Amino acid sequence: MLRSNGRICQSIDMIEPNRQGEVWFYAEQEDEHLNEVSLELASKARELADKLGVKMAAVLPGWNVRELSYRLIAHGADKVYYVHDTRLEHYRTLPYARVMCQLIEKHKPQIVMYGATAIGRDMAPRVASEMRAGLTADCTDLQIGDHTDPKTKVQHKNLLMQIRPAFGGNIIAWIINYDRWPQMATVREGVMRLGEGDPRRSGQIIEEKVEWDDFELAVKLIERHREARKVNLKGARIIVAGGGGVGSKDNFKLIHELAGALGGAVGASRAAVDSGFISKDHQIGQTGTTVRPALYIACGISGAVQHRAGMEESAKIIAINWDKDAPIFGVAHYGIVGDMNKILPMFIKAVRDRG
Amino acid sequence: MGYDIVVCVKQVPDTANITGEAMKADGTVNRAALPTIFNPEDLNALEAALQIRDQHGGSVTALTMGPPAACEVLRECLYRGADRAILLSDRRAAASDTLATSYILSMAARKIGKYDLIFCGRQAIDGDTAQVGPQMAEKLHIQQITYFEKVVDLSGRTLRARRNVGNGWEILEVRLPVLLTVLDSANEVRPAAAKRLMSQKRARGATEVAAQVNADMPTASAEQKEQEQASRVEALKAQGLCIEQWNLDDIKADLQWCGLAGSPTKVNRVLSIVLTKEGYTEIAATEAGIRTMVQELIVDHTLG
Repeated sequence: MLRSNGRICQSIDMIEPNRQGEVWFYAEQEDEHLNEVSLELASKARELADKLGVKMAAVLPGWNVRELSYRLIAHGADKVYYVHDTRLEHYRTLPYARVMCQLIEKHKPQIVMYGATAIGRDMAPRVASEMRAGLTADCTDLQIGDHTDPKTKVQHKNLLMQIRPAFGGNIIAWIINYDRWPQMATVREGVMRLGEGDPRRSGQIIEEKVEWDDFELAVKLIERHREARKVNLKGARIIVAGGGGVGSKDNFKLIHELAGALGGAVGASRAAVDSGFISKDHQIGQTGTTVRPALYIACGISGAVQHRAGMEESAKIIAINWDKDAPIFGVAHYGIVGDMNKILPMFIKAVRDRG
Repeated sequence: MGYDIVVCVKQVPDTANITGEAMKADGTVNRAALPTIFNPEDLNALEAALQIRDQHGGSVTALTMGPPAACEVLRECLYRGADRAILLSDRRAAASDTLATSYILSMAARKIGKYDLIFCGRQAIDGDTAQVGPQMAEKLHIQQITYFEKVVDLSGRTLRARRNVGNGWEILEVRLPVLLTVLDSANEVRPAAAKRLMSQKRARGATEVAAQVNADMPTASAEQKEQEQASRVEALKAQGLCIEQWNLDDIKADLQWCGLAGSPTKVNRVLSIVLTKEGYTEIAATEAGIRTMVQELIVDHTLG
């Protein structure tokens, strides 16, 4: 098989399991700002490293972003591998993938995590392919556990259990990877807890040098445009979400009104987005945003698994639906069965009158 | 001149319409009970390829890996204008994870030989991994552009393309060959052309032909069947209606990289999602009921 660096390899010369290997995550930054998912990964990586009794490290490629290391350390990193180069100013697949591959080959971590972002989902499979390692996409949880091979009865201890929904969210699969390390996973944004960070923590910043060939540097970034996220669902304490059962764009105004009264954000199920009631940036669920607000009010949402996957971690859930058998009631704390168009005006009034 | 383009497509279970019967008692998916569809974003990939060929000339080859039934998505490609269709089918490829799949597809691309562009859908709805495209690009040692939305400029061996990264976009310039993964927002997929549908609906792969021969000549000897199958395949070829069918030997795949052996990720266990109904507080749909609930939420500090 031809490897991407041109070497021919005849056999499976994978990276052997390294039980002392560190737990890593890719620290994603753009324009000198850390993506929040990186800090979510930090708290998960810390937890996994503690369980395994090994060090935890972040890999931070970029240009003039050394400062970000301190936040990564505050959020649990023992080490930050910092790669500083002008050619890393903006993300490009191959220069960044080379950083990961070179450092993985050098330090042999046992676990490497990436945010399941546009960048993580572009880079991680490229790295996995070159390392010939396994990669599980879009994990919603990661745990350490043991696995006994059903055929050989060989037991593998302390593996990374990569837990993710599959088949459109109809099943949850525990994926493992015991013979070709590192164990790698991309992790959905917003599903791991965002820790507070402790500025008194100390850690090591290790500068690494990386070499690229012409092929890896060949892609030119001609133009780049970023827009601030208009809808901030992830940061909202309260979300009022509407589904296909809302019935019309006009009825959806009630959703906006209740959200306004509560100081919350407006969310939607895929059915509402597909029906044109609201734009796609409001979509919550497997193909939209994952949220865990203090209060989630689901109006006219039946509660397909794809939607529940994106909101069932909410602290409190109120479900309003005319169908008493709608699956959304299965995850609800409060349920109101009835016509949303009659219930919401009462709800809005009760909220406005509360103080 | 023109561009030779390969489009990777996949037949997938329609995960948006899964019913109770689709899950077996042990929590695994009963694929046989699921309707199959053309993976939606692979149609956008096909459309992107056809647009380039229509504008610049060249060829579009549709490639799929799957069971013989996957010929159905290849016929859909032919109806929309693909020039050639290849089915990669081999039991030894079963249980391949994304890494093994990308290896097999890359070996098929090598057998196809000449490709200036390879298009894949961003992701398939059965796994939503979005991994096979980038992994295939790595195996072929070519550049990748994921989240492709449109061609800004294509001239000679240089492509400028726009990709949508969710919170913005960027334009990349690459030298061909390149692999692109295509978003559903990239284009409007053309419908099957009636004329092509009429001419291509009889297109078949070798296994499909064999099954038909078996049905038509139940009492014939194995030898007769083989002869009949060969002559029918030849006839299809002569009419340009043969879906080429390759196995792992045809593409010179190294078996240690295929199927279960070539897949580093393994399944530890699977749970089908069953709602745990722990019960909820039912609130009467009345003003009094709702006021009580709001009061409770204030008391427990959910509402400030």
